[in-house]
Amino acid sequence: MALDIATVRRIARLARIRVPEEELPVMAEELSRIMDWIEQLNAVDTSNVAPMTSVADMRPHQREDAVTDGGVPEKVLANATDRVGNFFTVPKVVE
Amino acid sequence: MAYSIQGKTGAWEVVIGLEVHAQVVSKSKLFSGAATEFGAEPNTQVSLVDAAMPGMLPVINARCVEQAVRTGLGLNAKINLTSTFERKNYFYPDLPFGYQISQYLHPVVGEGVMTLDMPDGTTRDVGIERLHLEQDAGKSLHDQDPNRTFIDLNRAGVALMEIVSKPDLRSPEEAGAYVRKMRTILRYLDTCDGNMEQGSLRCDVNVSVRKAGEGLRTRCEIKNVNSVRFVMQAIEIEAERQVELYESGGSVIQETRLYDPDRGETRPMRSKEEAHDYRYFPDPDLLPLALDQAYVDRLRAALPELPDAKKARFRVLYGLSPADATQLTAERELAAYFETVAEGRDAKIAANWTLQELTAMLNKRGLTITESPVSAQQLGALIGLISDNTISGRIAKDVFEEMVETGGDPVKIVDAKGLRQITDTGAIEAAVDKVIAENPAQAEQYRSGDQKVTGWFVGQIMKATGGKANPKMVNELLKKKLGG
Amino acid sequence: MSDALTHLTIAEARDGLAAKKFSAVELAHAHIAAMEAMRDLNAFVTETPEIALERAGQSDARHGAGSAASAMDGIPVAVKDLFCTEGVQTTASSHMLEGFVPTYESTVTANLRKAGAVMLGKTNMDEFAMGSANITSYFGPVKNPWRLNDGKDRVPGGSSGGSAAAVAARMAICATGSDTGGSIRQPAAFCGLVGLKPTYGRCSRWGMVAFASSLDQAGPMTRSVRDAAIMLQSMAGFDPKDSTVVNEPLPNFEAAMAGSIKGLKVGIPIEYRIDGMSSEIEKLWQTGIDWLKDAGAEPVEVTLPHTKDALATYYIVAPAEASSNLARYDGVRYGLRVSADDLTDMYEQTRAAGFGREVRRRILIGTYVLSAGYYDAYYVKAQKVRALIAQEFAEAFKKADVLLTPTAPFPAFAIGEKMDDPVQMYINDVFTVPASLAGLPAMSVPAGLSADGLPLGLHLIGKPFDEATLLRVGQAVEQAANFTALPQLLGKA
Ligand SMILES: [Mg+2]
Ligand SMILES: [Zn+2]
Repeated sequence: MALDIATVRRIARLARIRVPEEELPVMAEELSRIMDWIEQLNAVDTSNVAPMTSVADMRPHQREDAVTDGGVPEKVLANATDRVGNFFTVPKVVE
Repeated sequence: MAYSIQGKTGAWEVVIGLEVHAQVVSKSKLFSGAATEFGAEPNTQVSLVDAAMPGMLPVINARCVEQAVRTGLGLNAKINLTSTFERKNYFYPDLPFGYQISQYLHPVVGEGVMTLDMPDGTTRDVGIERLHLEQDAGKSLHDQDPNRTFIDLNRAGVALMEIVSKPDLRSPEEAGAYVRKMRTILRYLDTCDGNMEQGSLRCDVNVSVRKAGEGLRTRCEIKNVNSVRFVMQAIEIEAERQVELYESGGSVIQETRLYDPDRGETRPMRSKEEAHDYRYFPDPDLLPLALDQAYVDRLRAALPELPDAKKARFRVLYGLSPADATQLTAERELAAYFETVAEGRDAKIAANWTLQELTAMLNKRGLTITESPVSAQQLGALIGLISDNTISGRIAKDVFEEMVETGGDPVKIVDAKGLRQITDTGAIEAAVDKVIAENPAQAEQYRSGDQKVTGWFVGQIMKATGGKANPKMVNELLKKKLGG
Repeated sequence: MSDALTHLTIAEARDGLAAKKFSAVELAHAHIAAMEAMRDLNAFVTETPEIALERAGQSDARHGAGSAASAMDGIPVAVKDLFCTEGVQTTASSHMLEGFVPTYESTVTANLRKAGAVMLGKTNMDEFAMGSANITSYFGPVKNPWRLNDGKDRVPGGSSGGSAAAVAARMAICATGSDTGGSIRQPAAFCGLVGLKPTYGRCSRWGMVAFASSLDQAGPMTRSVRDAAIMLQSMAGFDPKDSTVVNEPLPNFEAAMAGSIKGLKVGIPIEYRIDGMSSEIEKLWQTGIDWLKDAGAEPVEVTLPHTKDALATYYIVAPAEASSNLARYDGVRYGLRVSADDLTDMYEQTRAAGFGREVRRRILIGTYVLSAGYYDAYYVKAQKVRALIAQEFAEAFKKADVLLTPTAPFPAFAIGEKMDDPVQMYINDVFTVPASLAGLPAMSVPAGLSADGLPLGLHLIGKPFDEATLLRVGQAVEQAANFTALPQLLGKA
C-alpha cells in the first residue's frame, strides 16, 4: 500500500481536512489504489525532459502601477459568516 | 579584534545571516490594483483578488518588477532574465489564498555583494544570496476581543522584496551595519522607504555559534526584529544562549524564535511550532517572468548615484575622512544638503557644521534633514561669513541659533545685531591697552614667564569687544604688548 | 409555438429575432417553462427567471431599435454554476459555497451579457468540477434526458452535466461549460451535443471558480457546430485580469467555418485504440474517418506514444493544483464555516463538512504529491511527462491539420454504476485528457447512437488557437452524421 495510515493522517492535517481516526484505513486504501495506478509513470523515461512550466507560450501581461481597485469593504465582507465592523474574525489565535 | 563570545571552554565565533523583508515602494499591490498606503481603515485597501474570492487571479504589477530589478542592480547582483513565481502553501487566517505567492527556485535576482561601512571607517564586503518578490500577509489583531482574532487584509498582497544575505556576518556590529547599509541603499533607490517602525523593513536573523575552524552548526531564526538596535541585541543574547547550551552539554535545535526586548531573551515561537511542509510549486496562474537584457540595461543606466560611489566621490572631491564621508552619504537628502552647503566653500568646515551643529539641532528637535529650519543655502552663507572673517566661529554659533529660531538670513542677522568682527587694528589695540592697564597684576604674572594668563586676557578683551574682535589679531597684539 | 421555440439553434433564433418572428421575451418564456417542466432532471442549482425576463426585455428593446449587440442578443443561456454571477448564488455545486453570492461577474458571463445573452439560471455540475458523471454534486446527481427502457437514469457526463442536460432537454439553447480534463466534451458526447473546449488562453478564467488553473478552460455547449462558433465568439477574448489569456484579436469563428475541408490532413492517433473500447465506438471512429475522407480530407496515421500516460499525469497535476486552489475555502471570508473554539478545529471541520468525498480525495492526493519527499517523484515527473505529451502533439501537427478520435470510451452509464472505484471513473476522460494537458482546442460532435440508443461523440483536436479549422472539420462531421435524434424524454424525432 502506497500510503499508510500515518501518512494519510499527516496529509489530512496539512490539507486541514478532518478525517476521523476510524475512517483513516478506508481513506488510506482508496488513496493507495489511486497512487498505485499513478505509479505507471515511473516507467516513462523523462531523463532529458524539462518539466512543463506553462501551457500558453506567451509573455504575461503586466499591470501598470495604479490604484484601480479596493475601497469596497462591503463587497469584500459581503459573504463573511462572522464579521465585527470591517474585520473578518476567526477563533482566537495564540501567537 | 574579531568579535567572539568567551565561554568556559574558550572563544566562540558567531555566524549571522540576515533576511530582510523590504516593502516595495509602489502605488498598488504586487498582484492587484488595491492601494498600499499605511494606516487605512480595516479592509478598505482590499480588492476581491486580495480577499481570494473564488475565481480571482493575480496579475503582476510592472513597477514592482522594476523595483526588484533596480534593487538587484543596486546590490551589484545578477539579474535573472527568467524567474518564476511559486506558491508557498500553508493555512493562516491572514493568508487569504491559503498560499503566499513567492519566488523559490528561480528568484528574479541572484547573487550580489554589499559593502558595509563600519563605525571605525573601515569597510567589509558581505555576500547577497538572492532577492525575490513575494506577497505580504494581512494583519491579525489578537487583542480586540476575548474569543476572537480580527483580520484586516489591507496589507495582504503588498509587494515585498525578501533579500537574503550569505552567512557572512560575524558580530552584532556587522549585522547592524548591514541593516543600516541596506536601508541606505533601498532609500537611495526609492525602492523601499526603510521605515522600520511601520514595518516597511523587517529582519529575520539567523544565528549560530561555532569554535574557530569548524563548519556551520545548527542555526536559529529570530523572526521579525524591527530595529537595528534589537537586531544587535538579539544576536548577542541568542549567541550567548547557544554557547551556554553547548557548554552545558546540550544542543541547539533548528527553530524559529522571537526576541523579547523587555525580558531580554529569545524564545521559541508557539505558532511556528508545527513542522511546515510548504509544498512549493510553480503558480499556474502566472506564467514565468521573462525580462529583456535591454530592459535591465535601461534600468541600470537610470540608477541614481549610489552611496558607495557618492562616498568615494566625497572623499576625493571634498577631501573628507572615511567616517565623515560615510555619515554624509548615509541619507541621500543629507548628502545633497551637504553638497549645497559646500559648494564654493571650505568643504571641511561645511562637513563639520553639517555633521555637528546641524545634526545635533535636528536630533534635538526630532526633525529630518528635509524638515530643517535652516536651508542648505543659509548654512552655506553662514560658513561663507566665517571664511571671509566677517564673523568668528563662535559668533557663528549664536547666529546659527538665531537662524534656527527665526529662519532668518545669516547676513541680515549679523548686520542687525552688529556682530561683524572687529578687524580694525586701532580699535583692538585700544581694547588691549585698556585691559592690560586695568590688570597690572596679571600683566606682571605674564611677564614673569607665566604664559597661562594669555587665555584669561583674551577672554577679557573679547568680553570688552562684545566677542566681535578678531581672535587672531587679539592674540598677536596681546603678545606684542605684553612681551613688549 | 412555445415548443418550437425551444428547439431552435442559436443561428435560427438569431434569424428569427432579427426577422421579428418572435421576441426575446417569448423565447425566454418558452425556455423558462421548459426549465420548470423538467426540474426532475435536476439540471439547475439556481433558476433565474426574473433575470432572464428582464434581460430579454432589454434585448427586445435593442432589437426594436435595430441595434442588436451581437448574434447572441436575446439568446437564452444556461450558465454552469462555476461562473461567478453578480448577485446570483454561485456554488460550484459544493456545500462549501452554498449561499455564496458573488459581488462580481466572471469575465466570460460578463462578455455573454454584453453580447445580449439571457441567463436562465445556474446549472448543476460535479462539485468543483471534479467528476465525469455529475454524481459528486452536493445538490444531487443530474439525470440525462437520454434514457433507455430499463428504468435506470443515465448520467449526463460531467462535470458540466447540468449544462449538457439543460441544452439536450431544450431547457436552454446553449450553455457555458468548463473543461479541465474533458468536462465539456464528455458530457456533450453523453447528451448528443456539440461541446468545444477552446485553446488554453482563449477564454478568461477570471471569475470562474478554479479547479486546476493550468487546465481549466471555459467553452460553449450547443446543439450545432455553428452555434459553438457563435457562442465562442461572445465568450472569448483578451482580459487584462487573467495573465494566461492571449492578447490576440479573435477571428470571426462563424465566418471561418465556411469552405470545404478538401485536402486537409486528418491525423488518426494509433494509440487511441485502447483496450476495453467498445466495438461500436471503434466502428463509429472508422465511420468518422470515412466521412472526412468522403468530404475530401486525407486521413493520416499519427503517433502519440504517451497517450497511455496522460490520465495518470492528469491525476497528479490536476489534484496538485486543486489542493492549492481550494485552500481558500477556509470558512474565514465566505462560504461554509463550522464553528469551533480553536482555529485549526474550525479549519478542519469546515473543510471536512464543506467538501464532498471526491473533492476531499483529490485534495489529499494533491497535497500528497506536492509534499516534501514526493514532489519530485510525482509532481515534477508528471510535468515532465506532460511536456512529452505536448511535444508529441506538436510533432503530430506537423503531419496533420486536425486529429480525430472518439470522445469517450463508452456511452452514458446508469447513475450508480462505476462509482465504487475512482480509477474506473477516471477512464471516462482517457481520450479528452491528453489535449487538455497540451492546452489544445478540442471539440466533441454528436456522430450517432449506440445500439441501444444513446448518443456517441467524435472528438476533434486542433492546433493551438486554430479553433477555426476545428469548427470547419466539426461541421463536416456534423453534416455527414446528420444527427437528428432527440432524447427519449422529449419523444422520438
Ligand atoms: Mg524568513
Ligand atoms: Zn519572505
